[in-house]
Amino acid sequence: MPIWNPEIESLSRDDIAQLQLERLQAIVYRCYKNVAFYKKKFDEIKLGPEDVQSLADLRKLPFTTKADLRDSYPYGMFAVPLREIVRIHSSSGMTGLPAVVGYTRNDLKNWSDLCARIMFAAGVTRDDVIQIAFDYGIFTGGFGFHQGAERIGASVIPTSVGHTDRQVKIIKDYKTTALACTPAYAITIADKIEEMKIDPKSLSLRIGLFGAEPWSEATRTEIEERLLIKATDNYGLTEILGPGVAGECEARAGLHIQEDHFIAEIIDPETLENLPEGATGELVLTTLAKEGFPLIRHRTGDITSLNLKACGCGRTFARMARVFHRTDDMIIVRGVNIFPAQIEAVLRNLVGDLPEYQIVVESRESKDEVQLLVEVTESLFLDGMRALREFHQKLEKAVQTVLGIAIHLKLVEPSTIVRDGAAVKRVIDNR
Amino acid sequence: MIHRSGVSARDGCSMLKVRSLKVNYGAISALKGVSFHVREGEIVTLLGANGAGKSTLLNTISGLLRPAAGEILLRDAPIHKLSPAQIVKRGISQVPEGRQVFSSLSVRDNLLLGAYHRARSAGKAEINEDIKLAEELFPILKERFSQSAGTLSGGEQQMLAIARSLMARPKILLLDEPSMGLAPIIVSGIFKTLKRLRGEGVTILLIEQNARAALSIADRGYVLETGRVAIDGSVEELLENKAVKRAYLGKGYKEVWE
Repeated sequence: MPIWNPEIESLSRDDIAQLQLERLQAIVYRCYKNVAFYKKKFDEIKLGPEDVQSLADLRKLPFTTKADLRDSYPYGMFAVPLREIVRIHSSSGMTGLPAVVGYTRNDLKNWSDLCARIMFAAGVTRDDVIQIAFDYGIFTGGFGFHQGAERIGASVIPTSVGHTDRQVKIIKDYKTTALACTPAYAITIADKIEEMKIDPKSLSLRIGLFGAEPWSEATRTEIEERLLIKATDNYGLTEILGPGVAGECEARAGLHIQEDHFIAEIIDPETLENLPEGATGELVLTTLAKEGFPLIRHRTGDITSLNLKACGCGRTFARMARVFHRTDDMIIVRGVNIFPAQIEAVLRNLVGDLPEYQIVVESRESKDEVQLLVEVTESLFLDGMRALREFHQKLEKAVQTVLGIAIHLKLVEPSTIVRDGAAVKRVIDNR
Repeated sequence: MIHRSGVSARDGCSMLKVRSLKVNYGAISALKGVSFHVREGEIVTLLGANGAGKSTLLNTISGLLRPAAGEILLRDAPIHKLSPAQIVKRGISQVPEGRQVFSSLSVRDNLLLGAYHRARSAGKAEINEDIKLAEELFPILKERFSQSAGTLSGGEQQMLAIARSLMARPKILLLDEPSMGLAPIIVSGIFKTLKRLRGEGVTILLIEQNARAALSIADRGYVLETGRVAIDGSVEELLENKAVKRAYLGKGYKEVWE
């Protein structure tokens, strides 16, 4: 299968190392010079840009954490003046404060190229009609895939997410051949196709690009069988870029990391020591070419492993294993990041003291559903049905507003949530 | 095919790799760990203000200066411990800053000196052939063939300096500020010739303060700042980079940091 940028994507490992070293030295220098946060961190451990003389020296550098991003909200970690930024996206953050990410014109161009690479690897060509059913907005999904598909020269239909009837009608009438969305939404679309009594064989769909949330091989098989497509996984995160960081090729044996733009490390999340190739741990990414929002050793919180062996597809870039777990209690539902801390803030606000609560994520008929159990005082039950219903509505609405997705709230009596020892487990992910 | 370095262009193959190069002048560190590469058939430019370390870098590659640390690899073979003469033999030829032609010698003798290191191995016929190629590249030199080089104009001397370097049949040509002190129209002529050389398979590393001229012919570039690489990218990326515009593309780009 052809490669979008064979000159780069098939570089020898030695040439990749050369390119990474050059860019690492330049980005460390720029971060030190232009980002007060990094200057301070480097000065604290008495390290300067000239201390990076080999790729191994990267291990001397400090990590960047989600808390660091939160503390520099909104623009504290930009490496260029705001007037050089031409696009701003943001991700959901731990305590409601998102990471705000700025892109220069070069960043946008590179982002398009990287998305084009992973989409081409997944099989998208200029002859495809691609429907982008990721959310177009402040999240990076919609715009990322859109730019990549345009770069390839495919015919792009920017449907965004939702209005599933219309999505299906467009798939059918516009003869969509490629679909990009979250795996959960692909299932929703498959359900709708069934409900509308459309024979999938009558559709032109042939490939699907799914990401932004963990999805099992069983879900992959289900999507492929119900939509009659070949489904590939891809990986990205807003702080680092958005989609385009890594993606599966047709071999579907790991996601190729775009190593000319990122250095990937695997660390033990407890000891913070680097782990050898093949070991499972937390993925740490350093951006190599970003102008607006460069990050050094960003702890992604995603659990994976690296494989540097040559791939049958001809690409030489390392492959990361599919991501199914995280180090923190963040959960991803329908592409949206959810932190228990967000829910705690709402509960504190409306209940006063923080009640015991539990978030339960289940996959019902292949759709991810979030149930929130909250223990309320007996007095609330005694206040009568009407007061209880009003409180229920108010709380459910408030939580949904903060999270940005629908949830089912269940108010329960004190001490009824199952304890794990003395404590209530905050997140139960049954997917 | 004017130039015959004897090797066909191979895509993606690194001709020159420089890794974490450090050079000191006494207590002053001029290069603080510079890494870059040049692929076969590319024109790569190193931009930077006075004192950024550009000429130091070139003189270290040519073997005129010794690095304190780091590596220089030509086709993956280390050359940073070789003498300047050995480095020329390996295929690196430098066009020095300020031309430095032998002004009392004729144009022809200047060219012959460029082939000095292979005067014995190569036959007379081969060297005469190379002189013909140099004349074809710079027809003006043919008219001045017997004149002493000192009587040439600045632009003509620059052409002679380039032609002389090509007489060594280099794998890679290093140019140090070829536009210096020349009128824009002459610069444009010389740069057109460099572009033509690239089209014929010559790999070029070009150092320039005239960023606009350099970026008009280069494929990629690196920006040096006080002995370090601050920015790297394709020419398109460098032209779009606001820091490059502010610092090296002059007027109208003075913007205030906020």
